[in-house]
Amino acid sequence: MSKSPNKKTKSFTTGVATLAAPAHAAPVPVRDRTLRFNGRWNYSPAPEAHTDIKVRPRYDLFIDGKFVRPSSGKYFPSINPATEKQLAEIAQGNAADVDKAVKAARRAYEKTWGQMPGRERGKYLYRIARLLQEKIRDLAVLESLDGGKTIRESRNVDLPLVAAHFFYHAGWADKLDYAFPGRRPRPLGVAGQIIPWNFPLLMAAWKLAPALACGNTCVLKPAETTSITAMHLAEIFAEAGLPDGVVNIVSGFGDAGAALVNHPDIDKLAFTGSTEVGKLIARSVAGTRKKLTLELGGKAANIICEDAPIDQAIEGIIQGIYFNQGHVCCAGSRLFVQESVVEPVIRRLRNRLSVLRVGDPLDKNTDIGAINSREQLDRIEEMVASGKKEGAELFQPSCKLPARGYYYAPSFFTGVTDSHRIAQEEIFGPVLSVMTFRTPEEALERANNTPYGLSAGIWTDKGSKVFQLATQLRAGVVWAETYNKFDPASPFGGYKESGFGREGGKQGLLAYLKFE
Amino acid sequence: MTRQAPSFGRVDQIMVEERAATFTKRSIKAESKLEGLRLVFSMLDLTTLEGRDTPGKVMTLCHKAMHPAPERYGVGPVAAVCVYPNLVRPAKAFLRGSTVHVAAVATYFPSGQSSLKTKLEDTKVALEAGADEIDMVIDRAAFLRGEYGKVHDEIAAVKQLCGAVHLKVILETGELVTYDNVRAASMLAMQAGGDFIKTSTGKVSPAATLPVTLVMLDAIREFFFATGIRIGMKPAGGIRTAKQALQYLVMVNETLGDDWLTPEMFRLGASTLANDILLQIAKCIDGRYQSGDYFSLP
Repeated sequence: MSKSPNKKTKSFTTGVATLAAPAHAAPVPVRDRTLRFNGRWNYSPAPEAHTDIKVRPRYDLFIDGKFVRPSSGKYFPSINPATEKQLAEIAQGNAADVDKAVKAARRAYEKTWGQMPGRERGKYLYRIARLLQEKIRDLAVLESLDGGKTIRESRNVDLPLVAAHFFYHAGWADKLDYAFPGRRPRPLGVAGQIIPWNFPLLMAAWKLAPALACGNTCVLKPAETTSITAMHLAEIFAEAGLPDGVVNIVSGFGDAGAALVNHPDIDKLAFTGSTEVGKLIARSVAGTRKKLTLELGGKAANIICEDAPIDQAIEGIIQGIYFNQGHVCCAGSRLFVQESVVEPVIRRLRNRLSVLRVGDPLDKNTDIGAINSREQLDRIEEMVASGKKEGAELFQPSCKLPARGYYYAPSFFTGVTDSHRIAQEEIFGPVLSVMTFRTPEEALERANNTPYGLSAGIWTDKGSKVFQLATQLRAGVVWAETYNKFDPASPFGGYKESGFGREGGKQGLLAYLKFE
Repeated sequence: MTRQAPSFGRVDQIMVEERAATFTKRSIKAESKLEGLRLVFSMLDLTTLEGRDTPGKVMTLCHKAMHPAPERYGVGPVAAVCVYPNLVRPAKAFLRGSTVHVAAVATYFPSGQSSLKTKLEDTKVALEAGADEIDMVIDRAAFLRGEYGKVHDEIAAVKQLCGAVHLKVILETGELVTYDNVRAASMLAMQAGGDFIKTSTGKVSPAATLPVTLVMLDAIREFFFATGIRIGMKPAGGIRTAKQALQYLVMVNETLGDDWLTPEMFRLGASTLANDILLQIAKCIDGRYQSGDYFSLP
């Protein structure tokens, strides 16, 4: 044999460097059994080209098919959270503008949209869906600029789902009579819709597509930090020839939202946002004829059983809590891990966090973009400080955050109990609370021990256990062996303080229909 | 040295495929592209495994392995050439004085459908001819019948024969079909003494895929955490383009990290891939694509 006896330490030169890592050396002692991610091979910046996509210096209100100045004459700045620079000025709508919008919507409901046969409405919705699909890249870039979410997610998740929602509901428009056998569905009238900043276009689509398919007209109020794409959506409605007044978009602050909630000529209110505001809205609407659906906060349990495929469960945890910087109402923010697998789960989670790339949302390789606003970043920092103060142990990978912009490293807490604030309150950021359990019964009891009930996740290799747990979890959506999967055909909504009513699927249509 | 791996563990098909797909979404540009291409080139096992292979053909391959492209492209030699046992001796002769290893397939490659005695004899032929590395196949028939002990013992016997010579264990994942099987076979191969685990012979389709490789990398990590031994990985077959090769590199980079980003711990088995990588390297340096005729055939 021509083997040299000292082969184990022999090195050889490659095109890159001289490497001498004997594969078959003695076992690495336990304390050194770590993986290293120090960037032996780094990725160069890969920014999405966007010079061809124009952000206008100023955005007006969209009322009765036209872009109009706000009656206050005031505009407020919209900040790019990745750079802290002003992107554009947004019209500050007030009660007078809301009133104009509601009147336009009422006219459109009575004269055009409410009278139109379903198949005609469907044609408009299909046209909108096709236009959205054509403009996915442009809208994705705008969404990332305005909200700080990564281009990877806005282009691959948000925008395709936006188009899918319009396609899906376009299909319902002429089939409503068959959807509810023996009953005659009729539209409600004018819908007031208030949406959050975490998925600006997607939430607009979730609200507008079913309302329009069912024959209602809409007044939509986007969140103040993310109004830009809503106005580009308005342009698409205009391009699709949607009759004037069918959709009206009024940007502004809470006072505009309150004016919409309290407007006497609204038949239906749909709100997605915080539980706190949701409760205020429920109080205002009480005793009126207005129908209401609320999609509010959450503190979802993601349950990892000992028989789960661990490496894939790790991916589920990542998707569950770090998707969209954790700005997700159904985020899997409470992780329950069975005690027998805690060590491998934590170890893998640490490794996995070390390869998440935090930074410029427009870089195609960025996994975690910018936190939506200074205010939200403060909230996250305050919650993390409370976690530390209450004795939980924080892990953050050593990642370099950009000097400017609102960023937060992906983080998780161990040593958390059910009574920690970080286990009870919604953080709405990339911060996970890890807790342990001994039996599935215990996991179930603790998962349900929350005022919320929006979503939950289960990880086990046993199908029987999935069904057993899923039927007893009090959450509107339960994912098994996956997390944060959305589809227009699948209804979404909460239990308890996570709200009521469903969006998506046949169930979602009920929120915009009455029966004669 | 005791090698005690934990239980095989399970794999979720949908999630593993979803995760594997994320590695194809990384955008590798500019400096990182050139660096990645050079690194991946240094990890190649330039392979010829045909019935018609002759010393002449092997000489061509060996020369390509040592001098792949004009010097200005800064491409070093590949890690190894991979040939049948019969051709180890000429390959060793051609490669004398270079850093390129000679790997030989053995153990009744590619089917493994023979007696252990024959398999060991086959391995011995390659070793005596001076092979630096042995690529063995597992007994898939035994594996699928649940005779894990037999699979294990055969690998252990071959490793014993190999001694310090590097042993790569080919699972032939295209015949194992399920990810659970791939994971179990990976664990068996590592426990039994393999230094590397390798996806495929290249004779069965599908050969290497990203999800299969991910399952094997996950198994390697688990084995490392449990035993402290770093096992190498070699996807082989079906990797034809530089773009695909970079996707594999991204996967290693983001799962096992720096310690596996070396030719000692990660290899790619391929034949046509080499020239596509060279073509891309030339593009990075010269700023334009060249005709394939400017690159010698392996």
